[in-house]
Amino acid sequence: MRLNPSLRSSLSIQKRVLHALLMREALTRYGRHNIGFLWLFIEPMLFTIGITIFWTVTKAIHGSELPIVPFAITGYSSVLLWRNMPARLMGAVPPNAGLMHHRNVRLIDIYVSRIILEAGGVTISFVFLTVLFVAIEWMTWPEDILGVVLGWLLLNWFGWSLAFLLGSLSERSEVVDKLWHPVTYFLFPVSGAAFIVDALPEVGRTIVLTLPMVHCTEIIREGFFGSVFEPHYSIPYVVAFCSVLSAAGLMNTAYVSRRIVLE
Amino acid sequence: MICFRSVSKRYPVKGGSNLVLDSIDLVINRGEKVGIIGRNGAGKSTTIRLLSGAELPTSGEIDRLMSVSWPLAFGGAFQSALTGRDNLRLICRLYGQEINESLAFVQEFAELGRYFDEPVKTYSSGMRARLAFAISMVIEFDCFLIDEVVAVGDSRFHEKCHTELFEKRSDRCFIIVSHDTAYIKAHCDNVYVLKSGKLHRFEHPQQAIDFHNHGEYL
Repeated sequence: MRLNPSLRSSLSIQKRVLHALLMREALTRYGRHNIGFLWLFIEPMLFTIGITIFWTVTKAIHGSELPIVPFAITGYSSVLLWRNMPARLMGAVPPNAGLMHHRNVRLIDIYVSRIILEAGGVTISFVFLTVLFVAIEWMTWPEDILGVVLGWLLLNWFGWSLAFLLGSLSERSEVVDKLWHPVTYFLFPVSGAAFIVDALPEVGRTIVLTLPMVHCTEIIREGFFGSVFEPHYSIPYVVAFCSVLSAAGLMNTAYVSRRIVLE
Repeated sequence: MICFRSVSKRYPVKGGSNLVLDSIDLVINRGEKVGIIGRNGAGKSTTIRLLSGAELPTSGEIDRLMSVSWPLAFGGAFQSALTGRDNLRLICRLYGQEINESLAFVQEFAELGRYFDEPVKTYSSGMRARLAFAISMVIEFDCFLIDEVVAVGDSRFHEKCHTELFEKRSDRCFIIVSHDTAYIKAHCDNVYVLKSGKLHRFEHPQQAIDFHNHGEYL
């Protein structure tokens, strides 16, 4: 162990700690039994497949030109992303308090490792399902892969910023954790997962477009099937929103980190 | 060297905060054997957490110019859902150590047999203590923090711990926190007493122990 570490050795400690935490997080969550690590993306995949089938048989978007399979995949993967990251970071301190007796393990390391695992799982599931459904010809390739990547990255940014803020707030008040579940429940129908903004009346558009995940979902869908609908989004709005949110999230995480009380 | 300059620690309690350590100054040098005694709730564990760097002081400064262990044999630093082997892996990864070098030592010292590959939550308290101590010996620190617990386990285990720690690593710094005055006296050169948030320093260990037992300077 180096003392008064330089930037370079700090980086290598950081890398080491994150690797250790990732491995242990994956192990404690999924274990070594049966399919183990595969649950990481099979879990979100099952959700998405379920929703896709459900929406297909109930013809959720009847009367429109939209291709239902990519509509469902993009919608539900997006929900999983912004919903699961905050859920994973809330109350993350108590089960990890023991680890924080090791000086190099800080709250932010625990947060980052959980975010990587969560985002990784949903992303693998999203990519895998896209490839699978194209392969069995339930849908065609996205029209603009870069657009999809851009939307997905922005949504990731929103997800982790929100997760940092809510996670660190949950260490200061239990109310946050309790409220998040009903809030996600009510956010789901307006989050853009189950509709496109263009289908709404003008007033409805204005309201839902205050939510950054709606913009991101629109960008992702434009990448998939932009030629058959009119997307509504503003990248500057998402960037501004996420900048403020991530600054607030990081500041509150630093505040909580300095005041953590171990058992 | 570890240096505390006017270190205070407050914990939030209902309707305000509780001052646990009140402006403490402390210098601990390499190789020093330090004992800190105090009654329950005097702030011993808080001092340990500040020494290890797990928690940060509310005010004041701490300089840490040597590597400091986590509280030795402290079971809380391990993951009960993981096996003994996975816990060892985790610690090795955290501290950048090659696991194969320490595997044989830990297996032999902890005497867990087949349980080494079972989750720690299925262990008896003796098994946990042996594993925790063995893993604690894997990383070579300049300074070891010892928080009471070496007192767990049977006499043979005590003896093994004693050999590993006080004989094989007698050149290191030890900071022992306890209310067991006999244990402190047997191992420490410099003894401090924590009382009402203040740290009292004494010339001789016996003076500290008298102060601790009688609550006043003799």
